[in-house]
Amino acid sequence: MPKKTVHGGPPAAHAIEHLADAVHADAGLVHRGRYVSLEWLWQIGETPYHINIRDGLIMELVRGPVLMRSFTFAIRGPVESWERFWAPVPKPGWHDLFAMTKDGRASIDGNLQPLMANLRYFKDILAAPRTMEDH
Amino acid sequence: MANIEPITGRYVHLGIEGRAARVYFEEAGQGIPLVCLHTAGADSRQFRHLMLDEEITSRFRVIAFDLPHHGKSNPYVGYQDEDYRLTTEAYDAAIMAFCEALELENPVLMGCSMGGRIVLHMAGAHADYFRAVIGLEASDHQQPWYDTDWLHRPDVHGGEVCAAMISGLVAPQSPDEYRWETLWGYLSSGPGVFKGDLHFYRADSDFRDRTHLIDTTKCAVFLLTGEYDFSCTPKDTLRTATDIPGVEAEIMEEMGHFPMSENPAKFREYILPVLKKVARL
Repeated sequence: MPKKTVHGGPPAAHAIEHLADAVHADAGLVHRGRYVSLEWLWQIGETPYHINIRDGLIMELVRGPVLMRSFTFAIRGPVESWERFWAPVPKPGWHDLFAMTKDGRASIDGNLQPLMANLRYFKDILAAPRTMEDH
Repeated sequence: MANIEPITGRYVHLGIEGRAARVYFEEAGQGIPLVCLHTAGADSRQFRHLMLDEEITSRFRVIAFDLPHHGKSNPYVGYQDEDYRLTTEAYDAAIMAFCEALELENPVLMGCSMGGRIVLHMAGAHADYFRAVIGLEASDHQQPWYDTDWLHRPDVHGGEVCAAMISGLVAPQSPDEYRWETLWGYLSSGPGVFKGDLHFYRADSDFRDRTHLIDTTKCAVFLLTGEYDFSCTPKDTLRTATDIPGVEAEIMEEMGHFPMSENPAKFREYILPVLKKVARL
């Protein structure tokens, strides 16, 4: 069983490995994403993950880089940013996606319309590792 | 017996920049008038907890009004053909029209976020009228952190995106009940209202040119900012404070951008000492 990181959240590899389980365990979260069907990219440090979503469910999660694979939008940040973000009670500045983008601790690019139209859904996916107890 | 709160709500008819406005306000308590200004895209409900606090209402007449377009104050006649944009001039005019209509004598003005911004202007522009101003999450200027065009467009639900944008401004420690009550204000806001308020906040209220002119011997200034506020950051507030001789500024721990509504019990610890000082002025 992996230990917590120094910042209190799960290690990135563990968070990604169990992301779908954490998301699918939250029926409300899946319901809020019922109109979301797309592929987005979550870059954690140097590693991009392609996350394919259909009707709010994570259908496929592929560790990249994958040559010439498209995605709608990307959310990127160093490992430390995400591990601080996933702490049970994050410190100020690491507690929200936009707190991190404002301070250059994360970034967003691509076609942002689906992200903004389903912002609570995607913010909740980003925060899902906070609920992981088995780390 | 029915559990009826001591808060009363009424409407007052005002002229704001030559336009007729039917403005809703709530109040409770008696004593020194304490006029409260809600955040951008929200309404006076944010101050309901202060109005139920007998330690406050025994000494203060707590009054909060909804700006036109907000809460139960309708938009101006003809709004359907206009792009709502709040300006410093219009905000100043609305506050003064409200205070004069209610014949308030030397009130205290307290505002949060954009309300905190305007009180810095009011402290200078109307120093002989206001006894003191209290700026919650207040600064004379701050860096933008997103593109406000996302807040009002047909392919994104305005209420949902406004709430999701600002949800992270509530501190993680704030009780869920009050977090979601605070967000409801944004979820239920009228189309384009938050964006229109941010015109004032982003484009028409760089007050770095005037905060150093505030005379706190005429109008005292108190600033309280939450440590989790990344919109108006503690740094923004403390930098603003260095320009205002005599100001009192404090950073609130485990608090975000909506202290009075996101964590009323915690906010009490910070606002009561300030109000005690204000009562002695």
